[in-house]
Amino acid sequence: MTLLEQPDPINAAERVFRRGDDSAVLRISEADAEMVETVDIDPLSDEPMIVNMGPVHPSTHGVLRLVLEMQGEQVLRSKPVIGYLHTGMEKTGEQLSYLQGGTNVTRMDYASPLFNELVFSLATEELLGIEVPPRAQWIRTMMCELNRISSHMLFQATNGMDVGAVSMMLYGNRLREETLRILEKITGLRMNHNYIRPGGVAVDLHDGWREDIAGLMDLLPPLIDEFDELLTGQPIFRERLQGVGAINAEECLALGVTGPILRGSGYAWDLRRDMPYLNYDELDFDVIVGTYGDCFDRYAVRLNEARESIKIVQQCMEKMPTGDYRLQDKKVTPPPRARIDESMEALIHHFKIFTEGFKVPEGEVYVAVESPRGELGCYMVSDGGAHPYRMHIRAPSFVNLQTMPHMMQDALVADVVAIISSVDPVLGEVDR
Amino acid sequence: MSPEPETAATPAEPATLYGVVISDSPGQVVLHPSVEQYLPTIEAMKADGYVSVIDLCGVDYLTHGGRSLPEGVAPERFEIVVNMIAHTAPRRARLRVQVAESDPTVPTLFDLFPGVEAMEREAFDMFGVVFENHPDPTRILMPPDWDGHPLRKDFGVGSVPVQFKGAAAPR
Repeated sequence: MTLLEQPDPINAAERVFRRGDDSAVLRISEADAEMVETVDIDPLSDEPMIVNMGPVHPSTHGVLRLVLEMQGEQVLRSKPVIGYLHTGMEKTGEQLSYLQGGTNVTRMDYASPLFNELVFSLATEELLGIEVPPRAQWIRTMMCELNRISSHMLFQATNGMDVGAVSMMLYGNRLREETLRILEKITGLRMNHNYIRPGGVAVDLHDGWREDIAGLMDLLPPLIDEFDELLTGQPIFRERLQGVGAINAEECLALGVTGPILRGSGYAWDLRRDMPYLNYDELDFDVIVGTYGDCFDRYAVRLNEARESIKIVQQCMEKMPTGDYRLQDKKVTPPPRARIDESMEALIHHFKIFTEGFKVPEGEVYVAVESPRGELGCYMVSDGGAHPYRMHIRAPSFVNLQTMPHMMQDALVADVVAIISSVDPVLGEVDR
Repeated sequence: MSPEPETAATPAEPATLYGVVISDSPGQVVLHPSVEQYLPTIEAMKADGYVSVIDLCGVDYLTHGGRSLPEGVAPERFEIVVNMIAHTAPRRARLRVQVAESDPTVPTLFDLFPGVEAMEREAFDMFGVVFENHPDPTRILMPPDWDGHPLRKDFGVGSVPVQFKGAAAPR
């Protein structure tokens, strides 16, 4: 599909509804796809051939396996095969208390762990019917936007490397590490922070956090401009991405796709603006949209979203109120460390809350936040006990993966790599 | 725009939307269609501006002490929970479909929202709920030769030896 060729607007989403052999999705079983040795094709013939790409492949971003039906260099149909990283985290979540649950969900989307903790905490708080103090809200907003920057910088690194701009691996990861350094200083860990917890956040911002974050905010914009200069105008980079893997907004909506892929196809939908949570209704930022829905638009959307996040972090720093960083409700909040040394009751309270956990009223709730990959949701069912009865994470990458066969149809093998990269899946979240 | 919930003439009758019993949840309306009402309700909602099925998952209520359901909805072991979103006048709606253990079958939504393909495969994989007429009714997360459905409440934790296909015996 060339860049200016727009899909037929009447049947704009028709191709994603196809069930049969004309569908872009190769609906064969894993076992059939594995029978490579029995495929007896003359290498010089025009017969389509099944090629398994992954699960161990440097550009599949983890353990994604793609079954590709190829004719020569061209992909006819394809199917993403997942589950290689499945560790039953939703089942594990049913065994952990609400305070321990954060350590579990944070390991799902390991490139943006704070969003997972946030959505889990919001669901728990909704069931408990509590509201966290304003300072905790603002800390959460700011930390999530820092995390969004680090996640989008990781995308710049991997996307650049996948299409041959190998120096981006170093440049992008450098900015990611600079951001993670701040997150480490605040939360204690580079990744899998378990920082956002039901009732607030784990610790208050450290002394001198303003200088640290202001330093990062001064460092980032010129370097992001440098990426822009390095990549956006570069003819080889544009050639690899422009017009590759195009998908339109109707197809995205039919497939349930959210996040930069949907926005890249020119549809302005961002939960932060359209269904605000935390403090996003008090913040001023733009929703970045693309036009053609190709790999280049998705790259540009993410690059500019990082710039918007910088704006948001700066506003959070200005508006950061004083006060409690967590709810002072003895039901959900452990006592301060200093009290444990002097009070037997505080010690018992601390012990109880970390061994038994707190009980959450019976009910069920769905909450969603805008993660760097799209809508991240948490559906939680409580039976009145101290563990979630059912904890389901609506992972954006899991749904977004379904666009791949449609994007890849009629593309070349080299484009497959660019398309995987532009979908930006995190397999930990896909397989859970 | 969404039609206002029709308040029934007699207050004893529960409130309905699209002819389906509803209940309230923070920020969204919860519909309780039966398996027969399920597909027509989604069709009506699609015509009414709900553009995407955001999430579809299963829940096994085998060991749950008792959930609150509106009057007229008989609890069954399984529930299929569908989250829909409308973008003009942003709003969400959730459907909770009661699925009996004796006949865990619901129609697929693929022809209305093809994005449910992976989610329905996951619900089948984890709970054993069959989606009729699904284009690719296979397991998605567990290996294809796996026995049982892990998120069912009677599927123990850690009680199953890890199965690896084709792995040689230890000796």
